[in-house]
Amino acid sequence: MKRKDFIEHVSWTGAGIAWTLSASGLMTSVADARGAKNGLSFVQISDSHIGFARPENPDVVGTFKKTIDDINALAVQPSFVVHTGDLTHLSKPEQFDTVKSMLAQLKAPLVVMPGEHDVIGSPDNYLAAFGSKDAPKGWHSFDMNGVHFVVLVNVFNFEIDGKLGQEQLDWVAKDLAAQKSSTPIVVFGHVPLYALYEKWGWTTEDGTAVLAALQRFDAVTVLNGHIHQVIQHTEGNIRFATAASTAYPQPAPGTADKPGPLKVPDNQLLGVLGYRSVQLAMGPATVADHSLAT
Amino acid sequence: MYALLVAAILAIAPAASPSPAAMPGFVVHIKDFKYAPTPLKIHVGDTVRFINDDDEPHTVTATDKSFDSEALDTSGAWTHTFTKAGTYSYFCELHPYMKATVIVTGDDAGGPRRSVGAGAWSATHPATWGAL
Repeated sequence: MKRKDFIEHVSWTGAGIAWTLSASGLMTSVADARGAKNGLSFVQISDSHIGFARPENPDVVGTFKKTIDDINALAVQPSFVVHTGDLTHLSKPEQFDTVKSMLAQLKAPLVVMPGEHDVIGSPDNYLAAFGSKDAPKGWHSFDMNGVHFVVLVNVFNFEIDGKLGQEQLDWVAKDLAAQKSSTPIVVFGHVPLYALYEKWGWTTEDGTAVLAALQRFDAVTVLNGHIHQVIQHTEGNIRFATAASTAYPQPAPGTADKPGPLKVPDNQLLGVLGYRSVQLAMGPATVADHSLAT
Repeated sequence: MYALLVAAILAIAPAASPSPAAMPGFVVHIKDFKYAPTPLKIHVGDTVRFINDDDEPHTVTATDKSFDSEALDTSGAWTHTFTKAGTYSYFCELHPYMKATVIVTGDDAGGPRRSVGAGAWSATHPATWGAL
């Protein structure tokens, strides 16, 4: 069967966002990015898990290299590439060295945040590789073409579930308070900000405080990683989408006894790995997920 | 499996001056995203070996951060000696919904028993496990 046969369109009113969902679970969406003065595009990659070496993908370096090559081959280079965490599998310095040298091959600027696999024991190795003076604890925000981007870290304070912690909550409240309600907001974080599947810890314990602060904005997009599959969700004005991994897939919520690497036939692996491109422009914008098989 | 574990502990327990290899009298296995046994009841000075039998990496991290195995990959093991009485909650940093407890009771060598009574101690000491 052809992928086209499965395509389904869902549209929202108001800020206007239309998602196109294909059979593979990879998703295309069209969002109204009012306020974007000029064309802007970026790419999201996630969960490269450099250091992973099991049958579910014995060559995570190879699939990550293919991802980078595919992005570098895009006709129009994105304004930046954001990696939403789990750069490494076990937080080891040599794994950070590998992923950092590979990311340095990207033509576009890089935005990163840690996943829980990057801060095992402590965030020290992550910060040594990717820390910056502007974002000493990882979280930060920036503006581009009329869009306000917020980078959250919901793994440093891991206690029970993903957690932002009071210091970061105070910071994000202040950061968002300074924005106009008409400004398009894009939020990045590793673990899903809402309770996607609590039984497997796919939630941010104190994420509701951030979601409440996002309510007043016309159009909010929250992009996460962590669960190695594309799942979309809407709450009012907020559209959520998790991303595919570049390393290995995980089971859909509740379809297995536990989360963890999912073995698919070798010839199907590239089809469930991928990256996401996001187009923001005057008028409708496009978010598209691309599998490595295409 | 449980019986085997008890037997192993009984075999080790009588050693008068345990060699380092015989020290780990207790073993917690991490399997299917669970720690077992939990709660593990031990004694001050006892050593526990945590072994990851899963395909996924896990950690053994105290909720109060007083101990931390860091990453244990498949078949990885980490050993920790509990030197103070208390109830230690721990979890996996990678899968924080995985939670378990080690209960450490007072000194066996005539020292203070702290707040834990003798009854609780004798019921949890490895030498008495054979009767359970």
